[in-house]
Amino acid sequence: MSTTPQTLFEKVWRAHEVAAERADTPAVLYIDLHLIHEVTSPQAFTVLRQRALKVRRPQLTFATMDHSTPTRTEQVFGGAPIAIEAAARQVRELEVNCAAFGVELLDLRNDRRGIVHIIGPELGLTQPGKTVVCGDSHTSTHGALGALAFGIGTTEVGHVLATQCLLQRKPRTFAINVEGRFPAGVGAKDLILSIIGRIGIGGGTGHVIEYRGGGIRSLDMDGRMTVCNMSIEAGARAGMIAPDETTFAYLSGRLHAPRGEDWERALEHWRALPTDPGARFDREIDIDASTLEPMVTYGTHPGMVIPIGGAIPERPGDPVFEKSLAYMGFSPGQPIKEHPVNVVFVGSCTNGRLSDLRLAASLLRGRKVASGVQMLVVPGSQQVKREAEAEGLDRVFLEAGAEWRESGCSMCLGMNGDLVAKGHYAVSTSNRNFEGRQGVGARTLLASPLTAAACAVRGRVTDPRELM
Amino acid sequence: MEPIRTLRSRTAVLPVSDVDTDQIIPARFLTTTTREGLGKHLFADWRYGPDGIPRPDFALNRAAAEGCAILVAGNNFGCGSSREHAPWALTDYGFRAVVSTQIADIFRSNSLKNGLVPVIVDPDTHRWLLEHPGAEVSIDLETATLRHPAGEAHFPLEPFARYCLINGVDELGFLLGRETEIAAYEGRAGIQ
Repeated sequence: MSTTPQTLFEKVWRAHEVAAERADTPAVLYIDLHLIHEVTSPQAFTVLRQRALKVRRPQLTFATMDHSTPTRTEQVFGGAPIAIEAAARQVRELEVNCAAFGVELLDLRNDRRGIVHIIGPELGLTQPGKTVVCGDSHTSTHGALGALAFGIGTTEVGHVLATQCLLQRKPRTFAINVEGRFPAGVGAKDLILSIIGRIGIGGGTGHVIEYRGGGIRSLDMDGRMTVCNMSIEAGARAGMIAPDETTFAYLSGRLHAPRGEDWERALEHWRALPTDPGARFDREIDIDASTLEPMVTYGTHPGMVIPIGGAIPERPGDPVFEKSLAYMGFSPGQPIKEHPVNVVFVGSCTNGRLSDLRLAASLLRGRKVASGVQMLVVPGSQQVKREAEAEGLDRVFLEAGAEWRESGCSMCLGMNGDLVAKGHYAVSTSNRNFEGRQGVGARTLLASPLTAAACAVRGRVTDPRELM
Repeated sequence: MEPIRTLRSRTAVLPVSDVDTDQIIPARFLTTTTREGLGKHLFADWRYGPDGIPRPDFALNRAAAEGCAILVAGNNFGCGSSREHAPWALTDYGFRAVVSTQIADIFRSNSLKNGLVPVIVDPDTHRWLLEHPGAEVSIDLETATLRHPAGEAHFPLEPFARYCLINGVDELGFLLGRETEIAAYEGRAGIQ
């Protein structure tokens, strides 16, 4: 029997159609895993209460707290955990809602807590072929395991809580083929920043990206998650990577991963997921990883990005571009290297995993954070924190003069009070350099963990290859 | 949700491209647990000075922008975070439609669920609208047409989204009505 070759995305989509889309109605798509957190769920639970609805499948729903939670150990484990009253109320409301609706919550002091996009894969909840949603745009992270994972708004959080389904139009497909070997000092973050620079921050709108090719397969799971994480910064609905032996080895033995015969059955299913030879994508581009360099952003969105040795572009007569450079305090034509740095942040759902901390520590070992620079290292989860401490990475950071914190979103968006001061320059391993993202008037330069660590050591924008 | 068939208003023009949801509503205002009252924080860091006093040079602070229900923004509106607080802030402020050449997927989806009409127009129409702040514009949802004093443009509006907007239908009711099919799917998939 011959069948039309299908993409990974199409296989996952079709397997979750409760009802296929028609001209006048979107598809009804079943959701296998719904992750919730304190910021985007309260109003959804309010709707459930108003309409006297239950959570349809509490066993497919998991909650954590990450955005507005403190990262100072004495605040997390001390007497008065959350200083910001509104944030404390939000956290309490999540506790009340999860208890009332029977949803498992990894609360503030739980040793499995962490950033929602770090713990999903880490606990083995995220698996190939699943549909995963969360009221958070970086849900695209989970696509690194071959899941179809995307961010939704709070109204849709309510839909999934009540019906375990979403109404969705089928997105288009976009293949990004990455071949070639990554040069030393260049990694997943540089790749995705380079892709966003090339296709633009709206370049993936309406599409699900599949990252393919030998360059992608050469990445470990942490690197693949970094790539998929920032798919949303190119406007894409989701990013996906076909599961392979690297994926299976990562999942094997994790808390919620299948075991025994279930594992064997799951493997058989997962091995059938990769895109069939001859399947067509709506759009394709090719990237040669061997030509990549460490990348750094210079403007106020992730598409404003250059190789670290480059100069800030000139776009005379473009007022929006000029406004962006004025916010950043940069001039057209200026080299970005050697620009002074005030803060370095290593963490977030983009780069808060163990491999990221290892990379940052590899440059910091035996060195000091430059005088006057604040460096914050925030592991993505409590498990990442424990694993890093078991390897002595915490000692490397502390001896270099960096701060070592409890897990959370922290300075990526500063909801918990971990903020960059007005006018200060932060080299950050997070995902967004929007105006004010890390604090009112804060100036963000997005970069890899290696680059961030190099900048911390020199107190200036530094090519990490100079310290390797 | 209130049914919307047509919108008629003068336009407020914000000639900035790539307006992200962190600008529409900065993260520090996301600690709320309700949907209401976010309009006062809309575009907070552009709209107010450090002292909290409105900046006279910000587009929405000009007298002509007062009472406008249609926001015309630069290219590519609503990128970034999935926070539904963005359309909540825009509607609480009084906007009923946002016009751009491209609108980010999650923002567009969130807008439709809150009676904020996302209108994607061609570059020529967009340029005319940007150059004519305060123009009288009408948006007809039945025909998905935006009319302005110098012409008109059709915009893409997915049939189901149009049906929901025109009839004030919310998607949750529709999904709850598919119970039989959802239960059948769960039966096939072995989900209990």
